[in-house]
Amino acid sequence: MSHMDTDPLLRASGLRKSFGDLEVLHSIDLTVRKGEVVVLIGPSGSGKTTVLRSLNGLETPDGGRIEFAGGPDLDFAAPLRKRDRLALRDRSAMVFQQHNLFPHKTVLQNVIEGPVQVQKVPKAQAIAEAEALLDRVGLREKRDVYPFQLSGGQQQRVGIVRALALKPQLLLFDEPTSALDPELVGDVLTVIKELADEGWTMVVVTHELSFARAASDEVLFMDGGVIVERSAPQQMFTNPQHRRTRQFLDRILNPLHERQD
Amino acid sequence: MSDSAQLFLDSLWPIVRGGLTGTIPLALSAFAIGLVLALIVALMRLSANRWASSLARAYISVIRGTPLLVQLFVIFYGLPSIGVLIDPWPSAVVAFSLNVGGYAAEVIRAAILSVPKGQWEAGYTIGMSRSQSLRRLILPQAARVSVPPLSNTFISLVKDTSLASMILVTELFREAQKIAAFSQEFMLLYLQAALVYWVFCLVLSMAQGALETRLDRYVAHGH
Ligand SMILES: Nc1ncnc2c1ncn2[C@@H]1O[C@H](COP(=O)(O)OP(=O)(O)O)[C@@H](O)[C@H]1O
Ligand SMILES: [Mg+2]
Repeated sequence: MSHMDTDPLLRASGLRKSFGDLEVLHSIDLTVRKGEVVVLIGPSGSGKTTVLRSLNGLETPDGGRIEFAGGPDLDFAAPLRKRDRLALRDRSAMVFQQHNLFPHKTVLQNVIEGPVQVQKVPKAQAIAEAEALLDRVGLREKRDVYPFQLSGGQQQRVGIVRALALKPQLLLFDEPTSALDPELVGDVLTVIKELADEGWTMVVVTHELSFARAASDEVLFMDGGVIVERSAPQQMFTNPQHRRTRQFLDRILNPLHERQD
Repeated sequence: MSDSAQLFLDSLWPIVRGGLTGTIPLALSAFAIGLVLALIVALMRLSANRWASSLARAYISVIRGTPLLVQLFVIFYGLPSIGVLIDPWPSAVVAFSLNVGGYAAEVIRAAILSVPKGQWEAGYTIGMSRSQSLRRLILPQAARVSVPPLSNTFISLVKDTSLASMILVTELFREAQKIAAFSQEFMLLYLQAALVYWVFCLVLSMAQGALETRLDRYVAHGH
């Protein structure tokens, strides 16, 4: 599963972001190679979502740089032009924690909206591709229903298909299973694992350590707006180097731990 | 048959005709123009541009803070004194459109704001620009939310058009007034006008209900 010898797809360096007085990202450096799966873990409020949103152009960092192989190459010291922001969004697609499907559109319409309206793919082609993708995740027969008629797990799989349909170079997952009932988590993680095995490049924020162990090439541990530790999953989970990493992993693995103070 | 009953029957068609050829077309055209205006004003109000948003805010404030009858008089009786002469019908259309524009702008603004932020972001992540997301994703959802309040705005407008009788527009209430003045049967004719308005509004309420049911198809029931 190692793709370490291939070229970087994305290089982010020195990303900073504040909301008012609160500095949420201090200086984030991140490299993602083609085909690589990077898992981002860390306590709530540590800035994981803000990192993903910055990579997807949903949030504008106050400083730092994001560079995709083949462009765009954005330095956030200067004001971001609309064209650059759209170029950045073009490179990646996000799967949200709360799926954010379009409630007024059917499953199929959700999936083809981007290809047809943004990428100007002919509608017949977009439909054929959407059906193939829905088939992959076992939802082909749901193509004409509205999102509210689906279970949470099905909604999230449609969310994944909507992102895939754009054929982005980078997939971003923000806690894709956190809002799901436990018995629905497996289906969604299986789909993501399959995509990883197929060679999709992705950054995944998740608390599912078994997924991280099985699917990722690198795990980053974030705390307080900085990346505290980064290593291969094996190393991260068996031999974490930093005290904060150990504490965090310990808390996830043993939720009923004794209070230490 | 008593004189009153005969008068009622004789005046029914002129009054209903006043509704069909005066009240309803006036309300429909003012509503259509007013909605376009309202959408523009709502978007200005929501825009990051200070000037646009202040201008929109001022407009809404003036429209909502002054009586409709006064707005109507300013346009029909006021403007001629500065050399702008407009006929009764277009005066009424202008005044009612401006009025609807002010009220519906707030409805549309609230509806746009009621669409979850995640919908904008889902639009952005599939590569859409702000205006594309607005047009394809946000406005259709906002439209669903604004149907009930906008229907109420329309029904109010239908009733408010009776004020146009004050600037000599031939509509439902003016027809009733003319017959009342002629026959001196004020109570009968004004109650009859009220009855016809009421029936019009009942029909509109039913249409509103049907429209809402139709638009409900993508919304989970029982939630
Ligand atoms: N739009 C925003 N406005 C103000 N504060 C925000 C905003 N978005 C995130 N934050 C704050 O930034 C911090 C990091 O948030 P986030 O990136 O969502 O963390 P995580 O995903 O790791 O839980 C939190 O303290 C959060 O409250
Ligand atoms: Mg988060």
